[in-house]
Amino acid sequence: MIEGLVFYLFAAITVASGVMVVSSRNPVYSVLWLILAFFNAAGLFLLLGAEFLAMVLVIVYVGAVAVLFLFVVMLLDINYLRLREGFMQYLPVGALIGLILVVELLMVYGGWKFADDAPLSVASRTPDPTAISNTDALGRLLYTDYAFLFQAAGLVLLVAMVGTIMLTHRTRTGVRKQVIAKQNARTKESSVEIVKVTSGGGI
Amino acid sequence: MAEFFTNLLGQDLGTLVWIVLRILVIVAPLLLGVAYLTYAERKVLGAMQLRKGPNVVGPFGLTQPLADGIKLFFKETIIPTDANKFVFVLAPALTFILALVAWAVIPFFEGGALANVNVGILYLFAISSLGVYGIIMAGWASNSKYAFLGSLRSAAQMVSYEVSIGFVLVAILLCVGSLNLSDVVHAQEKSVWFIVPHLPLFIIFYVSGLAETNRLPFDLPEGESELVAGYMVEYSAMTFALFFLGEYANMILMSGMITTLFLGGWLAPFGLAAPFGLVKLWGLFWFLAKIAVMLFGFLWVRATFPRYRYDQLMRLGWKVFLPFSLFWLVLTAGVLEYTGWMRS
Repeated sequence: MIEGLVFYLFAAITVASGVMVVSSRNPVYSVLWLILAFFNAAGLFLLLGAEFLAMVLVIVYVGAVAVLFLFVVMLLDINYLRLREGFMQYLPVGALIGLILVVELLMVYGGWKFADDAPLSVASRTPDPTAISNTDALGRLLYTDYAFLFQAAGLVLLVAMVGTIMLTHRTRTGVRKQVIAKQNARTKESSVEIVKVTSGGGI
Repeated sequence: MAEFFTNLLGQDLGTLVWIVLRILVIVAPLLLGVAYLTYAERKVLGAMQLRKGPNVVGPFGLTQPLADGIKLFFKETIIPTDANKFVFVLAPALTFILALVAWAVIPFFEGGALANVNVGILYLFAISSLGVYGIIMAGWASNSKYAFLGSLRSAAQMVSYEVSIGFVLVAILLCVGSLNLSDVVHAQEKSVWFIVPHLPLFIIFYVSGLAETNRLPFDLPEGESELVAGYMVEYSAMTFALFFLGEYANMILMSGMITTLFLGGWLAPFGLAAPFGLVKLWGLFWFLAKIAVMLFGFLWVRATFPRYRYDQLMRLGWKVFLPFSLFWLVLTAGVLEYTGWMRS
């Protein structure tokens, strides 16, 4: 009974905050609602017994991705009134795109069927949840059956990272920079000069 | 005890009451600990600077934290006119709540965690990665330049050091083979405390912990000399107190994490047997003693080191700790694979 109540609580908050994400006037509020939605989705995962996915959802999406969103949104100087201008003008186009997407989704749903061998692999690949923790189960699947796909996903991320650094990196001249090795290489002889100053003569 | 409540109040309600009671038993001493940590900090700093520290209120100044608390409680809460009121009040509450909920998975003694979950390490990591929100929200909602600059600095700092903390955690859990914090301690019972094979990781984790809790020498987000008090600048009275409590509770939490991961949690050193068969009390005693030693380190560092410059801080995080912890992770995996040492 309690589990059912908790499910409806999490689900209702997820949906409600999802609606608030797109309907808030202030983008910062949108991101905050998004975080709430992630949280409740993690709660739903917990109810399913997928504790590893729940924690990873919080770590990756709330702890990293949403922080970046928040950073960007806060640093942008957005004029909230300007954002609303022309809303009616774009409404028909937006509605049309939405309609097309809904029709496409319905068509996909109508033609939905599992691959022939899907039930077989589902049946053979499900470890007993009481005998093995789901971290262990996921790890075994990822690093055995899907090892190459997993590595490929990692490579895609690496390429994205290298690309970002290449695009934004620039070498500026005339910048004073601390070079630790240079500092450590300094000796008393190279940095201190003792001068005998004659009185009234200066250096 | 659990049966007593379920018999008295029925299955659901009884379990609920029992859980709430256990939460209170953890949180109340924790808050007392936070209060006396501020006292200890002032006393230790005083001693290190050849001063006396608080010594007027009560014997040896022992009721000083109480007086400070009452003072903060009776001050007026000022909310700036241009501030975003809801987020402004939410931010300190969030910081404080996050500092408390993380304690749910810490094992105080054998079987003595509120929730002995299978993903304890990930839970701790998730909660500590959320800590940044309280600070960003505070800085943004204050609508003040100093506060915003401080919160941006803090966010960048916490995100940077979280990366190396993550790799340290992965290296530890490779040795344990489980994400359960009780299993981490059991693994150390079977082999050695992880501080012995993983001493460099211990140092990285400790320093990252200092950065993560915004303690000196990494307290740039507060930076009194240039940012006044950073993200806290607009806060007063209880809203400020919540930030303060959260920060100190985080210090204790970080010490608890270090104790569990590297210093064998509730285990007594050299396998000392519990006197009079008080196994749980003995475990609790050693757990708290190790936390106290770690906290003393936090205070000692504060009295000793000058504040880092911001570029030095980033350099340390990204160019020293990150590559080294990655290297150590690969090394650990290699050693475990080829020698089978400490393999569970």
